[in-house]
Amino acid sequence: MENFFKEKADEYKKLLAEYIEFQDEKALYGVELVSKAFIKHNILPEEIVNIHIKALKELYPDLFASFEHSLDFLLEAMISYGLAHQEIQNLREQQIALKSEISVAAQMQKTLLKTKKPDIAGLDIGVISVPANQMNGDYYSFLQNLDGTIGIAMADVIGKGVPAALCMSMIKYSLDSLPKESTPPPVILGNLNRVVERNTESNMFITMMYGEYNPETGKLVYSFAGHEPGYYYCADEDRFTEFSTAGLVLGVSEDVEYEQAEIEIAKNDMIVLMTDGVTECRDGDRFIEIDEVFDVIRQYLHLSAQDMVQEVYRYFERLQDFQLQDDFSLLILRKTV
Amino acid sequence: MNPQSCVHIHKEWDIVGARQLGREMAKEIGFSTVDQARIATAISELARNIYLYADQGKISYEIIYNNSRTGLCLIAEDEGPGISDISQVMEDGFTTSGGLGAGLPGVKRLMDEFEAYSEIGKGTTIKTVKWLR
Ligand SMILES: Nc1ncnc2c1ncn2[C@@H]1O[C@H](COP(=O)(O)OP(=O)(O)OP(=O)(O)O)[C@@H](O)[C@H]1O
Ligand SMILES: [Mg+2]
Repeated sequence: MENFFKEKADEYKKLLAEYIEFQDEKALYGVELVSKAFIKHNILPEEIVNIHIKALKELYPDLFASFEHSLDFLLEAMISYGLAHQEIQNLREQQIALKSEISVAAQMQKTLLKTKKPDIAGLDIGVISVPANQMNGDYYSFLQNLDGTIGIAMADVIGKGVPAALCMSMIKYSLDSLPKESTPPPVILGNLNRVVERNTESNMFITMMYGEYNPETGKLVYSFAGHEPGYYYCADEDRFTEFSTAGLVLGVSEDVEYEQAEIEIAKNDMIVLMTDGVTECRDGDRFIEIDEVFDVIRQYLHLSAQDMVQEVYRYFERLQDFQLQDDFSLLILRKTV
Repeated sequence: MNPQSCVHIHKEWDIVGARQLGREMAKEIGFSTVDQARIATAISELARNIYLYADQGKISYEIIYNNSRTGLCLIAEDEGPGISDISQVMEDGFTTSGGLGAGLPGVKRLMDEFEAYSEIGKGTTIKTVKWLR
C-alpha cells in the first residue's frame, strides 16, 4: 500500500509536470488512469489534493504563498467528500449483502411454499405465480383429498415483499394441517381467518379463494374472502362469467362466516383464478380491463393450460415493460373430458 | 488521565476555537496536513453535537504515548440529554441532518479509535484517538 501510494504519487507528479509544460491530452489520459487506480485503492479526495500540493511544491519550490494556502483550503473542503465517499461505499457493500440475503430467502420461500400440481386424467391445470420483487406475497396450493376431490387455494397478502412473504408461510402451514378429507370451503376460510387474525399485526390482511373441485362431476364448490373474482369460461358459448361470494378478507375480525356457492363445468370449459396483480396490470397510466385478460386467453385456447398461463403472463409482462407492479398469479383449470 | 488542555463549548463560535487548538496540537506532534484536517473535522463534529444537542460541554486534548507510538486523544464530554441508542447513531445513513458522511460515524472514520458512553439524562462522553503513522 505504501509503495503503491508512493509510486502513484510520483506518476501523478510526472504527468502534472508534463501537462503544465505541454497541455497535452496524453497526460490527461494518464491522470485518468492514475485517478481510477486511486479510487480502486480507496484513496480519498483529500489525499489526492495533498499529492497535488506536494507535487506542485517539488516542481515549483518558490510557489506563491497565497496560492499554496488556497490549495490547503481546497484540501480542507475535500475532507467531507472523503467521508461521504466512504459512507456510500459502505452502504453499497451492505446493499449487496442484503440483496444476496434476500435472494437466499426467496429461494427458501420457493422451496417452502412448493405445491404439487395434481395429475388427474381429464383435467388440465396451468398455474403461474411471479413476484414483483424477489419475494412472493401471492400463494396457491393444491390439496388432494382421499375422496378424489381437489382443494384449490389462492391467496394474496395485501402488501408485498418480505413481510407479505413471511405471512404467507402461515397460510401454507395451516392448509397443510387440514385433514385430507373433503371440507366445505367456508369452514376452511373460517379457520384460516382465525389463524391470521390471531397471529398477525392488525395491518396485515390476506385475500383468499378456496374451492373444492370434484373431477367426477365437474362441480366446483367455492368460497371467497375478499379475493379477486374467478371466471368460468363456457366453451360452447365462448363466454367468460364472473363468480365469487361475498366475504371479508382474512385477518380483520375474529368471527366471520363465509358463504358458499358452486358451479358445474362441462367438457372444454375452464375455471380461471387470479390475484389482483393480474387485473391491476397497467399499460402506462391505464389499468387494463378484465376483457383484455379474456382476449389474451382466447388467443391461446389451443395451447395446454400451462402454456396458456405462461403466454398470458408473457403478454402482460411485455405490456408493463418487464416491471411488474405487483405479484402476478394466474391459475387455469380446464376439463378435458 | 490528566488532560493537558481543554476547550469549553457554549456557543457556536467555540467550535472554531476547539478546531484550532486541535489542529495546533496535531501539527506540533507531527501529523501530516491531511491528518491535521481530519482531526479538525472530527473535533468539529463532536463540538457541534455538544452545541446542538447538549447545549454545553467541553473537549479535552491529550498527547498520549503507547510503546513507541504517539497519538492525540480527544474527549468530548457533556451533561446533556444523552443518546438513547448509540448503535443506531453509529449506523451509516442514520444522521438526522440528512447529509452524507459526517456525524459520529464520520468521526470514527477520521480517527483510529473511538469509544462512546452515554446515559439518558446524564450526558455523553466520546473518546477518540488518532495515532501518528
Ligand atoms: N452529545 C450529544 N448529546 C445528545 N445527543 C447527541 C449527542 N451527539 C449526538 N447526539 C444524537 O445522535 C444523533 C446523531 O448524531 P450525528 O452527529 O451522528 O449526526 P447528526 O448530528 O444528526 O447529523 P450531522 O452531524 O451529520 O449534521 C443526533 O441527531 C443526536 O440526536
Ligand atoms: Mg452531528
